[in-house]
Amino acid sequence: MTRQMTGAKMVVQALRDQGVDTVFGYPGGAVLPIYDEVFQQNDIRHILVRHEQGAIHAAEGYARATGKPGVALVTSGPGATNAVTGLTDALMDSIPIIVLSGQVPTFMIGSDAFQEADTVGITRPCTKHNWLVKDTEKLATTIHQAFHVATAGRPGPVLVDIPKDVQFASAAYTPKPKAPLGHYQPQVKGDMETITQLVEAIETAERPVFYTGGGVINSGPAASQLLRELVEATGVPITSTLMGLGAYPASGKNWLGMLGMHGLYEANLAMHGCDLMINIGARFDDRITGRLDAFSPKSKKAHIDIDPSSINKVIKTDYPIVGDVGHVLEDVLKVWKARGRKVNREGLAKWWRQIEEWRQKDCLSFKPSETTIKPQHALQRLEALTKGHDRYITTEVGQHQMWAAQYLGFEDPNRWMTSGGLGTMGYGFPASIGVQVAHPDSLVINVAGEASWLMNMQEMGTAVQFRLPVKQFILNNERLGMVRQWQQLLHGERYSHSWSEALPDFVKLAEAFGAKGIICKDPADLDDAIMEMIEHDGPVIFDCLVEKHENCFPMIPSGEPHNKMLLGDAKATDAIAGKGAVLV
Amino acid sequence: MSALQIKKGSSKHSAYNLRPTFSDVQETHTITVLVENEPGVLARVIGLFSGRGYNIDSLTVAEVDPEGHLSRITIVTTGTPQVIEQIKAQLGRIVPVHDVHDLTAEGSSVERELALMKVSGTGDKRVEALRLADIFRANVVDSTLSSFIFQLTGSPEKIDAFADLMRPLGLIQVARTGVAALSRGDT
Repeated sequence: MTRQMTGAKMVVQALRDQGVDTVFGYPGGAVLPIYDEVFQQNDIRHILVRHEQGAIHAAEGYARATGKPGVALVTSGPGATNAVTGLTDALMDSIPIIVLSGQVPTFMIGSDAFQEADTVGITRPCTKHNWLVKDTEKLATTIHQAFHVATAGRPGPVLVDIPKDVQFASAAYTPKPKAPLGHYQPQVKGDMETITQLVEAIETAERPVFYTGGGVINSGPAASQLLRELVEATGVPITSTLMGLGAYPASGKNWLGMLGMHGLYEANLAMHGCDLMINIGARFDDRITGRLDAFSPKSKKAHIDIDPSSINKVIKTDYPIVGDVGHVLEDVLKVWKARGRKVNREGLAKWWRQIEEWRQKDCLSFKPSETTIKPQHALQRLEALTKGHDRYITTEVGQHQMWAAQYLGFEDPNRWMTSGGLGTMGYGFPASIGVQVAHPDSLVINVAGEASWLMNMQEMGTAVQFRLPVKQFILNNERLGMVRQWQQLLHGERYSHSWSEALPDFVKLAEAFGAKGIICKDPADLDDAIMEMIEHDGPVIFDCLVEKHENCFPMIPSGEPHNKMLLGDAKATDAIAGKGAVLV
Repeated sequence: MSALQIKKGSSKHSAYNLRPTFSDVQETHTITVLVENEPGVLARVIGLFSGRGYNIDSLTVAEVDPEGHLSRITIVTTGTPQVIEQIKAQLGRIVPVHDVHDLTAEGSSVERELALMKVSGTGDKRVEALRLADIFRANVVDSTLSSFIFQLTGSPEKIDAFADLMRPLGLIQVARTGVAALSRGDT
């Protein structure tokens, strides 16, 4: 028995069938019929953001923190174009989100109508797939397909553009299919022959290292469990990309810390010196590899990725395995156990001794200060004071993001949301809102810089309206810290437009929104101030005035290989030379 | 403290050409892609090539299975072996793409292109054009007292060769379809 209903009702019904409980959105002329349906039901909660970019990042935060797809609803024209940054962000970081956009009625498409934009055209390169639905009969099926595409294989953002007349017209509702339809069914099982070869390599490797990424987290909690089992059982050291933090616990004994441009010395040198690199769900991003012709020169490389195009894209792989991380890890473990749980104990022991030697460098040490708050110190205190909490961390983009990755420890997956691939300033605050909506009783902290935070500060209204107690921990150096650092290293200390002039009084700003503001500039007050932030039941802006010229180290200068890391300010100036200078 | 010396013209360098491990020999491949015939699918394929900086030497597209709503896109492209591999993998990621075949890599194939060429002239040149057309098995599909339109089918090389011959004889316009190709044999 099929049910007749309007397109607008279908949207709500399809979301309900897909198990959606929350939608982030902003109304407008072309989505009014859908908003009318949203008004008349209570199954799906609508979170009204203050800017469509905020809606997309909030949906991303929701998706990352829950493992479920995030949903956003925006209007046509400017509503859709404001979504573009968030869509691109989700595409780069493989985050499953479904964006529903309104569109002018079908008979007006192409006439340059009010608030018309070629939304599917504009979002084609920044979505995994998108659809313009011109017929109400196809609307429900398209939305179901959109959820399938967003979540199957390598996850990503999708967009469904719905003209207003399609929302008004009635047709029969198509329920969610029992099994996903269509030919889009990505491969999840890895090739057993290559998996066996990889296991053989693990058995004999003298200096193996696991290099894991966001794919482990995207694959689900089971993948993280399998990874932990494999790492513990083999005793192989493990490092992770920015996106993969939490898949293996920071307190785990094989943990080397994050790798990459601002990764830990021991992690990067292990990558450089290893004889077997096992990439699990990472993509050899340029932040990770540094200079390609000198990237881990002596190693055989295995690459487990669900996306065949990631394999051999930038680094030649010796053991390419296309498949879902969870499935492949299960098979790797199975084969390794069946073959007698062998590893090269002698080689590994020697390898660990070498790694311990690198660790002695204590690459995260910094010069403490009793008069100004060092940003690293602020994060160490934040870590110490929040460690026992049910805690989720989001970040903006810049120095504070790298320090957060270095100084905060993540014990579980889905606890860390940051804009990795696109590097979107303004991501963290709306993302923290999405996380808090998903986990209303948890402690959600956005580690921010003042410049990034201002990019989406309008979302304070959302936080206050929906009583979302998100903590905005702003490391305020009155600078675009990372830009300033690069200008120091690369552009003769000419600090072109990298300072934050005319900053607001963040305490008053918080109060103007009806939230709490805290300012802290004395290291002696820091702990009390952080405790006050944690204990306050409501959104807080924490203005932490930190050292203004602190640089983020360790750092691999662009165009350099892993073993040419900079560990401190001493050798920093003139660090980036020649070809490296044109890289970002 | 000094600013860095950035060499003039160094802006050509990017992270992606500091890469000696891959071969830099340029190869030309014919890739055939079976796609769902839905709106925007060609834009997705073309956008992939422009967005990632790949070359398109020629491209043809038409629906080949009206019942299954499938179209075949034939692309001739040039790149290093690693770029060709990437092109195939990236095409495979596009949701409405059903399958991707590299005809150049997968054994022998038949490649054909159709061209229309307008040749204007009188007297000896006109006679010579007609004679050469006969040798190339080109058909005359339109004629005035001072012009012909020839229709020619064949490999791209054959069409190039015919165009080269027609140029001194008064070739004024060319339209080419681009390559359509299928693998040989029963699969």
